[in-house]
Amino acid sequence: MCEGVDCNTALQAAAHAGHAAQTADPFVMSFSVFVLAIFVGYHVVWNVTPALHTPLMSVTNAISSIVIVGAIIASGGLEMNLATVLGLVAVGLAAVNIFGGFMVTQRMLAMFKKRS
Amino acid sequence: MLSANMVVLAYLVASVLIILALKGLSSPESSRQGNTFGMFGLLLAVVVTLQLDAVQNYAWIFAAIAVGGLIGGITARKVPMTHMPQTVAFMHSLVGLSAVLIAVSAFYNPVGYGIADANGSLHVASRIELFLGTFIGAITFTASLIAFGKLHGLLSGKPVTFAGQHLLNLVLGVLMIGAGVMFCVDATWTPFLIMLGIALVLGVTLIIPIGGADMPVIVSMLNSYSGWAAAGIGFTLGNNMLIVAGALVGSSGAILSYIMCKAMNRSLFHVLLGGFGGDAPAASAGGVQADRPVQSGAAEDAAFLLKNARSVVIVPGYGLAVARAQHALKEVVDALLNQGVEVKFAIHPVAGRMPGHMNVLLAEADVPYDIVYEMDEINPEFSDTDVVLVIGANDVTNPAAKTDPASPIYGMPILEVSKAAHVLVVKRSLSVGYAGLDNDLFYMDKTMMIFDDAKKACEALIQALD
Repeated sequence: MCEGVDCNTALQAAAHAGHAAQTADPFVMSFSVFVLAIFVGYHVVWNVTPALHTPLMSVTNAISSIVIVGAIIASGGLEMNLATVLGLVAVGLAAVNIFGGFMVTQRMLAMFKKRS
Repeated sequence: MLSANMVVLAYLVASVLIILALKGLSSPESSRQGNTFGMFGLLLAVVVTLQLDAVQNYAWIFAAIAVGGLIGGITARKVPMTHMPQTVAFMHSLVGLSAVLIAVSAFYNPVGYGIADANGSLHVASRIELFLGTFIGAITFTASLIAFGKLHGLLSGKPVTFAGQHLLNLVLGVLMIGAGVMFCVDATWTPFLIMLGIALVLGVTLIIPIGGADMPVIVSMLNSYSGWAAAGIGFTLGNNMLIVAGALVGSSGAILSYIMCKAMNRSLFHVLLGGFGGDAPAASAGGVQADRPVQSGAAEDAAFLLKNARSVVIVPGYGLAVARAQHALKEVVDALLNQGVEVKFAIHPVAGRMPGHMNVLLAEADVPYDIVYEMDEINPEFSDTDVVLVIGANDVTNPAAKTDPASPIYGMPILEVSKAAHVLVVKRSLSVGYAGLDNDLFYMDKTMMIFDDAKKACEALIQALD
């Protein structure tokens, strides 16, 4: 069996090469998703009727508060430290937006009526 | 506990539900269902995250959600529709602040997010993502607070300009990026906090030169930033759902900014440089000529014209929102409809202080949305219209935008109300509009001015129409 630093690096390099051949860097995967989502957003949002641009802004407020997922992970630990406390504050702020954003959107959308 | 694959698939379902929420907004009928999809999407995302092994702190998390949800819910029920622009701006600032808090938390405890190596040192890619997420979040936070202050009247809506302003912003921007690069190299607190501090200041200095009526662009742009901030956090956490949601919101805000800029015939760059609409321009091209004759009349004269018209188009503007006259205006519309007059509304894309502001106010007053028309739909109809009632709008009806190449607003698309047979303008005084320009429309032979507050004028019209 081999010993020493050289062998270790060789093994690591081999493992790394094999890894790279099978799956891309996670960042590249995320970036692909990001670019595709921009395209979806572009096509979906151009179809939004101008009359509903204000509800569009309030609902996108609620949607970007999806950062609550990150905030929950940040505050998930049982040990209370700076990370957990900041996470909890972020959970609260995002919750304001999620409830506020969806409810005010619903309130606005309920007002749009056709001629009776 | 769900397997890692199940978690990712559940996030995928949540992302699709969010896309459906936006897709629903293509028409008012489908929008309500779309909004429900969006709620389920967020609910699913939160529930799936709560069951992760790393999440144990349930009592506190539920308490935070309950407090935040209560505040958000009460605000959503209470806020008057005329206050929507500042409400939306305030909510953008919350997204920015939570993104910053999450980024600080992730930097404090990188192992908890799985973004550090065995020694607890951040991956380089994660440092870059953290840098981007933090500064976009920080700028969104303070810039939205300033926008909120301007829209809510806590701060003056006038642009704040001073010598060397753009140079200052440039220097701040360079310093911030410098600190960010240092952070990416050594991953220590000092450059991180310097970068964060400068970004917070930059949010303020970037927005203060921008005037009140450019707010539709700014609110849309901050909408976009809040999305990019969320996507930045998504990159940091390696979470595709955050990236998808952030990218959707980011592109939505960008498209709205583009539409608003186009409706003002200005480039985004020009808006961001700010200073527009501060002082009345010295150039006399459209300057105020105080001694030009105008015809003014009382509500009774206006009511007579309206009553005898076959078709009436109403052009609402920011003045309607300021006077909260939408309900009184609806009564005027009802009185006219009862007398067999055909009534339509014409909405300019930048009427009000945010995209779609007028549509929501009219919907609140029970005006059916199928008599409310966008600029491109209604412009060909003005030449067949008997009476146009302009209420609280100014620059968006100024014919100089079409006829006077020397005018600062030349080339801006306008509502071509001067093509109608008669024009009634409700306005408090002959004061210039936001662009600091006199409006030739007011001096035309076919125009009658009603000098009054929008609400009082509508109430007087209701009386006179009975």
